[in-house]
Amino acid sequence: MEDIIYNQLDYSILSWTVFLPVIGAALLLFIRNVSAVRWTALLFTIANFFVALPLLKHFDKSTYKMQFVEKSEWIPSWGINYFIGIDGISILFIFLTAILSILSVLVSWKSIEKKVKEFHIAILTLEAGMLGVFVALDFFLFYLFWEAMLIPMFLLIGVWGGQNRVYAAIKFFLYTLAGSVLMLVGIVVLYFTSGGTLDILALSSMQYPFQLQCWLFLAFFAAFAVKVPMFPVHTWLPDAHTEAPTAGSVILAGVLIKMGAYGFLRFSMPMFPDATKFFLGPVLILSIIAIVYGALVCFAQKDFKRLIAYSSVSHMGFITLGLFALNTQGVEGGILQMLNHGIITGAMFLMIGIIYERTHTRVIADYGGFARLVPWFAGFFIILTFASIGLPGTNGFIGEFLIIFGAFKARMIFGVLAATGIILGAGYMLWLYQRVFFQDANPDYEASGRHPVSDLNMREVITLIPLFVLVFWIGFYPNTFLEYMHASVEHLIQQMNLTAVAGNENMIAKYITEIF
Amino acid sequence: MLKYTLIPLLPFLSFLINILFGRNFIKDRAHWIAVPAVVGSFLLAVSAFLDVAGGRDINVNIYSWIVSGSFNVSVGFLIDRLSAIMLIVVTSISTLIFIYSIGYMHGDGGYYRFFAYLSLFVFSMLILVMANNFLLMYFGWEAVGLCSYFLIGYWFHKKSAADAGKKAFIVNRFGDFGFGLGVILIFLTFGSMDYMQVFGEAGGIAGQTINLLGYDVNLITLICLLLFCGAVGKSAQVPLHVWLPDAMEGPTPVSALIHAATMVTAGVFMVARCNPLFNLSEVAMNTVAIVGGVTAIFAATIALVQTDIKRVIAYSTVSQLGYMFLALGVGAYSAAIFHLYTHAYFKALLFLGSGSVIHALHDEQNMQKMGGLKKYMPVTYWVFILATLSITGIPFFSGFFSKDEILWRAYLAGDLGKFLWFLGTLAALLTAFYSWRLIYLTFHGKFRGTHEQEEHLHESPPVITVPLMLLAVGAVAAGWVGIPPIFAEHGDKIGEFLAPVLGYPEGEGTHAQEYFVMGASIFVAVAGWIIAYTMYLKKTELPQKLGAAFQPVYKLLFNKYYIDELYSKTIVQPTLKASDKIILGFDTYIIEGIVNGIPNLIGAFSRKLRKIQTGLLSDYGLIMAIGALSIIGVWIFLR
Amino acid sequence: MVPLSWYIILSAVVFSIGVIGFLTRRNLIMTFMSIELMLNSVNISFVAFSHYLQSMRGQIIVFFVIAVAAAETAIGLAIIIAYYKNNPTIKVDEINLLKG
Repeated sequence: MEDIIYNQLDYSILSWTVFLPVIGAALLLFIRNVSAVRWTALLFTIANFFVALPLLKHFDKSTYKMQFVEKSEWIPSWGINYFIGIDGISILFIFLTAILSILSVLVSWKSIEKKVKEFHIAILTLEAGMLGVFVALDFFLFYLFWEAMLIPMFLLIGVWGGQNRVYAAIKFFLYTLAGSVLMLVGIVVLYFTSGGTLDILALSSMQYPFQLQCWLFLAFFAAFAVKVPMFPVHTWLPDAHTEAPTAGSVILAGVLIKMGAYGFLRFSMPMFPDATKFFLGPVLILSIIAIVYGALVCFAQKDFKRLIAYSSVSHMGFITLGLFALNTQGVEGGILQMLNHGIITGAMFLMIGIIYERTHTRVIADYGGFARLVPWFAGFFIILTFASIGLPGTNGFIGEFLIIFGAFKARMIFGVLAATGIILGAGYMLWLYQRVFFQDANPDYEASGRHPVSDLNMREVITLIPLFVLVFWIGFYPNTFLEYMHASVEHLIQQMNLTAVAGNENMIAKYITEIF
Repeated sequence: MLKYTLIPLLPFLSFLINILFGRNFIKDRAHWIAVPAVVGSFLLAVSAFLDVAGGRDINVNIYSWIVSGSFNVSVGFLIDRLSAIMLIVVTSISTLIFIYSIGYMHGDGGYYRFFAYLSLFVFSMLILVMANNFLLMYFGWEAVGLCSYFLIGYWFHKKSAADAGKKAFIVNRFGDFGFGLGVILIFLTFGSMDYMQVFGEAGGIAGQTINLLGYDVNLITLICLLLFCGAVGKSAQVPLHVWLPDAMEGPTPVSALIHAATMVTAGVFMVARCNPLFNLSEVAMNTVAIVGGVTAIFAATIALVQTDIKRVIAYSTVSQLGYMFLALGVGAYSAAIFHLYTHAYFKALLFLGSGSVIHALHDEQNMQKMGGLKKYMPVTYWVFILATLSITGIPFFSGFFSKDEILWRAYLAGDLGKFLWFLGTLAALLTAFYSWRLIYLTFHGKFRGTHEQEEHLHESPPVITVPLMLLAVGAVAAGWVGIPPIFAEHGDKIGEFLAPVLGYPEGEGTHAQEYFVMGASIFVAVAGWIIAYTMYLKKTELPQKLGAAFQPVYKLLFNKYYIDELYSKTIVQPTLKASDKIILGFDTYIIEGIVNGIPNLIGAFSRKLRKIQTGLLSDYGLIMAIGALSIIGVWIFLR
Repeated sequence: MVPLSWYIILSAVVFSIGVIGFLTRRNLIMTFMSIELMLNSVNISFVAFSHYLQSMRGQIIVFFVIAVAAAETAIGLAIIIAYYKNNPTIKVDEINLLKG
């Protein structure tokens, strides 16, 4: 295996990164005092970020190889290893996860009042699970993290959620589980086909018969499409987002739904390149539908959080479109947009959580004139609004532009169709902003006299600042982030092109007749 | 290099400082930061202009912005003769309007916010003008749209203002949709976004076609038309003109700066900038010319009957922008830029003058409720007269030279050009009429407002009138740099100055023809004046009678050809309805139906199945016994 | 020497008594005893076969069965008592907590 670079640091940095939150969670078990629980959780999430920080410094951007690899035998009789490492695709998500976890703890400072200890344990284990998914290079380990992540999220929604939380939690769980089970079948098939290895890198470098590729692609696609979520399996997302507590929504939007797209990049594309090309058309069409459909649904939403959730469907459509454009710009744009969406939508959910703490309503019609009541809040939110609709200078533009560029390059019509999503996006976001912040305050709301609204306080500003720094950083100098992925993405594209034995249309046509 | 970078950077710093500290610290002192910044920009721009005039074009890349595979775009500036003129126009008018705003916005609650947005606007506009590649121009392009959104909706508690801002942004997005795709197509074609490289290689691409939905389309034509989409949106040409009149909801200095002098001319600038591409496509050129000509006359007819003072000027702006596109379309790029430049002064003056009037009348914008203001506001009146003389094309005022140049170039440009010349001349007649109508309704006759207003009538303070007077100098004299060669050898300084970038239009007519064209435009200018004079000063009952006699026409014009209603019925309402009824219905009933249906089905089945579980031990025992027996039985008999 | 078949018949008879008892008795304790009977009938046949085949395996299993039966009795009786404390009845007919 020459495709990996073992960890050169004198301590196992990735293991520490992944398991530090677990240690924190374990420690929380012994703490009674509520405020001590909060501080400990905060400390651990921050510490986790700083533990991971050397990764950025020591990462070799010039290679696509897996780095900081740690590998040791785990269950040798089944060929299972403890095998972790990161490359240019996963490294950025480590940091996205770490940052959003810190912010999740911060934003829950006041809003979570019941079962505080359990809440923070859930957040920390969730963080560990997510980090694990991004670093795992062994299918067994990967699946373990993949499923382990579901449990704390399920609890977050089900225990600390809104009124309809149990329905949403179960829906979320079953939806994702249904997809994951198919993936499990796929993994088992891979295990036997390969003759007993679960090493993701080894499996990626193999070639599979076209027919098998197609079935496996579909099995994995089921798991990832639900997670993304792609149209038409998106309906768990609005419910989960609406009911989840703020921290849950932030993590859900910021990291969890990126796992699906990450899965496409890490598994579907390198392992089943021919099948990927075979199913390209339908996947691209589904992406376009998601973009337009998600945007159109937003116009009809009456609930603040639900609207943002549906806008996520639209934005994730952009991401899958970019990834499946299968060219450098599309894929890099897709990855960057995954990051961007995590930042923007994460921040939006943070802000909605903040305002919800004050107004206790999510109905858009209850708002109005808030720009005068909470000017700083309105100022922050307008930045997010424009980042979300891809205004140049914000991160949203870079991602969306690269994606549309990539799609346009791949197939012109998809680029054109995707660009309509940008018009619609401007429509629903600005309309939302107008209804919430402009015009006169809602008389009913003012008359009811409940909950005087106060502007952002210091803790909230501190919570938001990192994300806003990123919004502009990526907007003005995206190369800091793009640099990390160049080598890996280039390698991925090469892999796609090299293994395309069935690259010509005739071969594929022959396979089609074989299948059916 | 720092010098040139500072040109946009100074306003940006002013924006940052004002937006971050304005609310709590700076408050009413915001102009102490904004005005010096923009003056600094102006001085640097003048210096840059001198550098360029001295023969040194500046083209520097500052840093590479986006790198992804073969895709590589820098942030960099190009200051050549075209952008140098734009720099002067933008910064000089900005300076005057900033000063004017000190007086106009005095005491407004969001004073700091206003100056912050204005500064951001200047920054964006400068980036747009100075960019050396298409993507950076797109950055500026969108950013000025953003500022326009903020400033139109500046009084956001008014629903109409918030609506207008949103409308402006979204309508522009339709144009930018095309513009963005055009930019992408440019990169895919040329492998670069850099102006110099693209324009340099444009010739080699001419004639290439691209397959679009089964049709072979000329590549350059497609690129140009896509780019032009953006220009149509930003410069409010038909059919995307609808946002500009509504944009008058913004404070008047904003209307003057953004929606008359600078931002709306970005489309003109862009087409002029891309002239090496447009020159290669006759189809695109003709489209530009026709859209321009149609807009010029179309908007002018609407302006005839509007009663809101700012809306009249807004439609006049749309119409004048139409002239500029007409010029671009017939290949007279320098004429378009010349008109852009003179128009910036006299139109800003008209807006600021109307602002002065509105200010004096405490936010009254309806001309029917004005009248006789001449004696109360002499300065405003006289600058208004000068601006009107200029816009209507009375000889030796700025507007005369630039408009005449456009009409003359159109006249020379073949049959289509002759037709457009006719449209343009007709529009000039209408222009003269509505411009003088505005003057007579506002400043002459008797005051028709309330008594209370009349008592408070007063001339505006110097901080307002001084910028007006300075602009008036521009409105009168700005055109003297473009005197046609027929009057003075080397009189067309601006055309010659721009020739290296924009080329010099070929085609020479006889002197007789030129005098004819000129005579025609002077004739219509005077004719329009006389008609307005008769209708609004002498026989004041005439407009009413005419309105009654041509009721349907009047209504059609007054309601702006019902274009807004048309868009509302065909685009906005269907989208909302489809979203609410069809898409959301599909989501909640069909997808969710399936999603919830499967568990429900399983649930129904299991509700039946559970009846077997009686909970009685003996029943279970019996079933077990029967089961065991049957297994044994099967085993015995099937062995 | 008693032949093997006698043991098997005895075992079958005891088992049948157990089954019938299990199905017909209404008292929970009696039902319980019936289960014990069935288990012991099986033990009888195990031991018989063990002797007949001269193999120790049968006897080992008997010990297992006895151990399991003991555990089962202990837990079972505990459950019955716990149940009786809450609902003063041990009639099988009246216990249907698991009714679907």
